[in-house]
Amino acid sequence: MGIFDIMGPVMVGPSSSHTAGAVRIGLITRKLLGEKPVEAELLLYGSFAATGKGHGTDRALVAGLLGMKPDDERIPNSLEAAEEEGLAVSIGTASLRNVHPNTAVLRVKGEGGRMLEVEASSLGGGRIKICRLDGIETNFSGDCPTLVVHNMDQPGHVSEVTFLLARYNVNIATMQLYRNVRGGYAVMVLECDQPIPKAPLESLSKMDGILKITYLNIGDD
Amino acid sequence: MAFTSVTGILKTASMQGLPLWEAILEDDCKDRGVNREASFRQMAALWDAMKSASSRYSPEAHSASGLVGGDGAKMRTFGAETSIGGSFLDRIIAEALSMGESNACMKRIVAAPTAGSCGVLPAVLIPLAERGGLQDETIVQSLFVAAGFGQVIAARASISGAEGGCQAEIGSASAMAAAALVSIKNGTPEMSADACAMALMNLMGLVCDPVAGLVEIPCVKRNVVGAVNAVSCADMALAGITSRIPADEVIDAMRSVGEAMPCSLRETGEGGLAATPTGMAAAGKLKG
Repeated sequence: MGIFDIMGPVMVGPSSSHTAGAVRIGLITRKLLGEKPVEAELLLYGSFAATGKGHGTDRALVAGLLGMKPDDERIPNSLEAAEEEGLAVSIGTASLRNVHPNTAVLRVKGEGGRMLEVEASSLGGGRIKICRLDGIETNFSGDCPTLVVHNMDQPGHVSEVTFLLARYNVNIATMQLYRNVRGGYAVMVLECDQPIPKAPLESLSKMDGILKITYLNIGDD
Repeated sequence: MAFTSVTGILKTASMQGLPLWEAILEDDCKDRGVNREASFRQMAALWDAMKSASSRYSPEAHSASGLVGGDGAKMRTFGAETSIGGSFLDRIIAEALSMGESNACMKRIVAAPTAGSCGVLPAVLIPLAERGGLQDETIVQSLFVAAGFGQVIAARASISGAEGGCQAEIGSASAMAAAALVSIKNGTPEMSADACAMALMNLMGLVCDPVAGLVEIPCVKRNVVGAVNAVSCADMALAGITSRIPADEVIDAMRSVGEAMPCSLRETGEGGLAATPTGMAAAGKLKG
């Protein structure tokens, strides 16, 4: 761990895992959705469900969905803010297996009708992991610029994506491929060293066989 | 390359002819590919955030559970004439309580190294800065020392209560603070290492037993013991008292003790104070 993983972050209390991590999960879900969420169903599991209320986990997740960062002092009042901004929130519990004790499932719908289901875990110190997207297993943190491509499981899509990134001088740090069944629905997750410009993102989203793309750069606002 | 031993920090600093803080800053620059100014600015922002969190303490605020709040204010108004420890100790206690309470009340704080232990470093640094004659730059430098020692503790043991008990949170914060205080007072690098070792050994075995699983009882008051212990250990080290067990070995022992702790004493809210009749009653009431 670097020294700024030890000192910091500046955050709204009381818990780096149950509060700061939960804000990040909400924020990353909003960015992955790519539009303003209007409906959100939050399902808490394990320690999130057991002690989440006292730690403000519910309010932290909603704050993130509203675009707040972990140091935003409006976090304690996020449920009221959601009402004002037209985000309908329902909160329940989830029964999951073989997952980290601090895990949540967020089912969100955007103003343009886009839907997304995110399962994410808070690992401690505010660090998080996105474990599933629309039910497909993933493993990324959102710490660096991340491209998520949902596509048909057909030959050629990986090379199309990597070719485009190479043309724009974006270096790929890690790459993961997942699918539900052979020839079915697939997800590729690419964590990059540089931010990805708009142009390749736009051309990617128009390609045949690409169902949707999501680009996540927590550094941008 | 992040430091993995206290002897490693001391050796690197001595080979480069740098004070501890600068060796740690240089290592951060190499590790993240940033320049010195950027690294220093980032740490200075944390010091500013600590001061701002302290100044925004609200005496009326209580946590959502209602279990904590207002104790920092009581200590602030207690008065040096009546207290046993005198005004400086009063300030430290008040600051530690206030920061811990602010955290429980969902105010903005600086995790150092964790949110639960966020009161320890500001509780020793802010009163010392107020006492005068200290420049912000000196304090920021000392935060690099704290972070460097914390990095070693995280690498060799843990800074998470769920993994290593409270010794890993308040213990680590106290050890980091002790090393930082020595550097502020221009103690030698060896003195910082001794202060770190003594602070950690004094809190070894401390369990994580939060009532109702919340970062409230006993977390807020444990920040006080972390802060006071840091001052004692820094003063001992500056007086020339050494730790008979070297810092790295103390950290390794802390890891072993953490591993030997039963799950009920590692942030599950099932053992220790959480399992007392009053603790369980408080938890039951919250579940309602």
